[in-house]
Amino acid sequence: MKKLIALLLALVMVLGLAACNTDNPDNTTAGTDGATQGGSEDATPEGSGRVYYLNFKPEADAALQELAALYTEKTGVSVKVVTAASGTYADTLTAEMAKTEAPTIFNIGNLSGLKDWNDYALNLTDSAIAKELTTDDFNLYNEDGELKAIGYCYESFGIIVNTELLEKAGHSLEEIKDFASLKAVAEDIHARSAELGFDAFSASGLDSSSSWRFSGHLANMPLYYEFRDKDITEQPATIEGTYLDNFRSVWDLYITNSATDPKTLSTSTADESKAQFTEGKAVFYQNGTWEYAGLVEAGLAPENLAMIPIYCGVDGEENAGLCSGTENCWAINSQVSAEDQQASMDFLCWLVTDETAAQKMVDTLGALPFKGVPESSNVFLADGSKMLSEGKYTVSWAFNHTPNVDSWRATVVTALTAYSADPTDANWEQVVSAFVDGWAIEYNVVNG
Amino acid sequence: MEKKSQYTPLSKVLTCVFILLSLIWLVPVFEVLMNSFKLNTFVNLEPFALPNGESFAGWVNYIKGMTFGNYPFLKAAMYSLVITVLSVTLILLFCSMSAWYIARVNSLASRIFYYLCLFSMIVPFQMVMFTLTFTADQLKLNTPFSIPIVYLGFGAGLAIFMFLGFIKSLPHEIEEAASIDGCGAIRTFFLVVMPMLKPTVISVGILELMWVWNDYLLPYLVLDRTKFQTIPILVQYLKGSYGTVDLGATMAIIMLSITPVIILYILCQKHIIKGVAAGAVKG
Amino acid sequence: MKAKTRVNLVQRPIRRCAPLFILPTFLAFVIGFVWPFLQGIYLSFCKFNTPKDAVWEGISNYTKAFTDPGFRNAFWNTASFAVVSIILINVAAFLIAYALTQKLRGANLFRTVFFMPNLIGGVVLGYIWSLIFDGILKNYGTYLTANGTYGFWGLVILVAWQQIGYMMIIYIAGIQAIPQDMLEAAKIDGATGRQTLFRVVIPNVMPAITTCTFLTLTNSFKMFDQNLALTGGLPSVIQDGAKVNVTELLALNIYSTYNINKNYHGVAQAKAVIFFLLVAVLAIAQQAATRRKEVEQ
Repeated sequence: MKKLIALLLALVMVLGLAACNTDNPDNTTAGTDGATQGGSEDATPEGSGRVYYLNFKPEADAALQELAALYTEKTGVSVKVVTAASGTYADTLTAEMAKTEAPTIFNIGNLSGLKDWNDYALNLTDSAIAKELTTDDFNLYNEDGELKAIGYCYESFGIIVNTELLEKAGHSLEEIKDFASLKAVAEDIHARSAELGFDAFSASGLDSSSSWRFSGHLANMPLYYEFRDKDITEQPATIEGTYLDNFRSVWDLYITNSATDPKTLSTSTADESKAQFTEGKAVFYQNGTWEYAGLVEAGLAPENLAMIPIYCGVDGEENAGLCSGTENCWAINSQVSAEDQQASMDFLCWLVTDETAAQKMVDTLGALPFKGVPESSNVFLADGSKMLSEGKYTVSWAFNHTPNVDSWRATVVTALTAYSADPTDANWEQVVSAFVDGWAIEYNVVNG
Repeated sequence: MEKKSQYTPLSKVLTCVFILLSLIWLVPVFEVLMNSFKLNTFVNLEPFALPNGESFAGWVNYIKGMTFGNYPFLKAAMYSLVITVLSVTLILLFCSMSAWYIARVNSLASRIFYYLCLFSMIVPFQMVMFTLTFTADQLKLNTPFSIPIVYLGFGAGLAIFMFLGFIKSLPHEIEEAASIDGCGAIRTFFLVVMPMLKPTVISVGILELMWVWNDYLLPYLVLDRTKFQTIPILVQYLKGSYGTVDLGATMAIIMLSITPVIILYILCQKHIIKGVAAGAVKG
Repeated sequence: MKAKTRVNLVQRPIRRCAPLFILPTFLAFVIGFVWPFLQGIYLSFCKFNTPKDAVWEGISNYTKAFTDPGFRNAFWNTASFAVVSIILINVAAFLIAYALTQKLRGANLFRTVFFMPNLIGGVVLGYIWSLIFDGILKNYGTYLTANGTYGFWGLVILVAWQQIGYMMIIYIAGIQAIPQDMLEAAKIDGATGRQTLFRVVIPNVMPAITTCTFLTLTNSFKMFDQNLALTGGLPSVIQDGAKVNVTELLALNIYSTYNINKNYHGVAQAKAVIFFLLVAVLAIAQQAATRRKEVEQ
């Protein structure tokens, strides 16, 4: 008898601890195989699924949290929004997907991401959310032609210009038509920087908070032109790096015509670069449409802001527009219960049809290709649209094809940092190798 | 040398050397303290300069640090505290009980358990971390209130080993006397054995405390990070963010997280140092 | 016969309460260690995303692990890191401990200061030191992740700064445990300071040396947080047609392998098994070797 009591006591001690936290409301059972979990199965009100949105965009986190709370208030459906620390989305998604309470909405960045997650992505062909779309351009389809992920916003990047400073320096936007004219203007400003009180480019920092602007976005230029020449639309196993000399020219331009010593770029952060631009110490700042809200908030007047294409000296580039595309595609987890899928679908539809939500989404994310979403007030997006209406071509996001992207970029950043500190031809060879050889290696790692 | 000093000239030189060395030892902490009062962009630009008129930030970084992102520092600190207190308590209580059992009951089962504990001490965390993540998730051990069970499981080896080393040196007679007086095992343990274990409890407690409080990877992998973060997770999260690495605020957070530990250390350094020494001699 | 009754007097009541005394720990131990460990061994022979979808693969994960240049690089890094830090930390900690056990003004204060870094977590330490190293190297126009050498020695300095204090405490305890009359006897016999050190002190602190080398050995093999936060394995370069994170140690390599994609989960687990075997063999060999030494002394 005593033995039995002791045994029970011990069990209660252990299980009591395990069970004492299973009763909070958003802990509802998840997953088709949720029955395997320990603790108690919470009773879920019928028909009310659970929404867990694993968000990819750190800058949208606050807005999404707010909208999630609003949605819960209105409908009673609990919505959990979680944002992965940047650079860790893949890790976080892998870890979260293995859990019993897996994300119901997640992000797929590109076709190679779709390859990894195809089994987990619900077929969205003809779904409620797909019917709200105005364009098919940013969606991701799998090999069977099923719509698996919906491009819910698109973005552009280029060189952001402080036109007020540009005019102070005696130049105008019209002057800049290609790489040669950009270079002339930048070098002139840099040469007179002491007298002007500002420099041409803000710091091209290579700290992890900032390096993606170059290993990702700037690297898009040589990739885009190479793929365009070769008509590449799928992830290639190897690249040649035909336009890497152009890449070098722009990079040299960025780092030499700047107030920041190229030797210190390894630790130079995104905040530093942004601060130089918002404090009026730099005319040019390579970044994207997503920066608009932050720049205006920091005190820059919308009429003094413009975005121009990144020019790198390729023939015919005077007809280039901004680099537009998306890494933001919504996918719904096909492995969670039907209720959860439905709840997630409802939430997504609400985000782009409800007036308040749609406005907030536009203000945060820029352009959303949905019928119910108003036009954006973002001047960078307006600049981009204007270029398109003038018949310029869009530079698409070729970097979406990068294999094992974080790893590939790390190698490029290493080489680029070394080159910046000591810009010799030998060091440039390392950048080329990181680009070209690195691509083949990473392709084999992922597909081998 | 008229007056005979207790200290030889050599020891005076040594003292000077050690004063210098101690100051060097404190540089990193001072560095954080100093930079936590500098404006964000100055931290990288002049990491060793004292804050001056232009770069001085006052308490700005601390205010920002407390409310950083959508995960306030105090929340992380609270979870760190909950996890540490619960884990250490569980480990001390259950491992001392198990160790006493193993020491006093000579059965095959207790021998097997003992060797498993010894074995677990040399297994690196990497060996079990992926699978532990899955198990912990399935058993809902992913909250600050249940993760202590994981710590009890993974920390049992060292704790039992240390307790056992001490219990073996205790005389049987006292327990026998208690037993004869009609004390049951539970009363004997808590009223007779536990008081004698006190020094070991302190040293095991300190070792486990230092481990759990500073642990990064286990909670990072096991905890439901969507709801719960600890201080080390928060610091690593801040470092890895795109676009918004606010170095000033991060320095403030680091300062906030190490200050209580250092205060605690200064208050009970005798116990801590003794605990470490005692733990090591047995380990 | 009498001895047996005495034992039973204590044993019987405890035995009866076995579930209370041993079961909670044992259950937690099974959850937190035994089961993950066994499952880990099984999964190292599988291809898996989660344990539920594991498919038996045989030894292919091990083949991949052994042929991965990044893993080999991490192994050599870890090995050299272990050798350097074991020697550096133990020599420095012993010398400091020896000095502090002599009559020295402020010895307690110094001891307090040297031990302090142990209270700060590895991630935070890595962060602080990367700022310091970059701040110093900036003056020479370079930076911490410029090459593997800086990263390696950076980590050595960080870990030495952290662990010297800990080992010093153990050595102090060892030195203080030497019987006073033994030291006095040496003095009366006219032993020089050096002779006392090598003939009396060191042989008598052999147990402490065993412990400290064991701790520094296993600490450096298991090093993860500091490695992650200081350099994160960078720089990342291409060597002989393969990509290598130059300053990556074994634990970090296993972690980053797991995160490549789901095809690498099995490989990472296989690496973890190899890693475990390595640590186990080293730990047992070290214990055996120094214990024999202790006995000989």
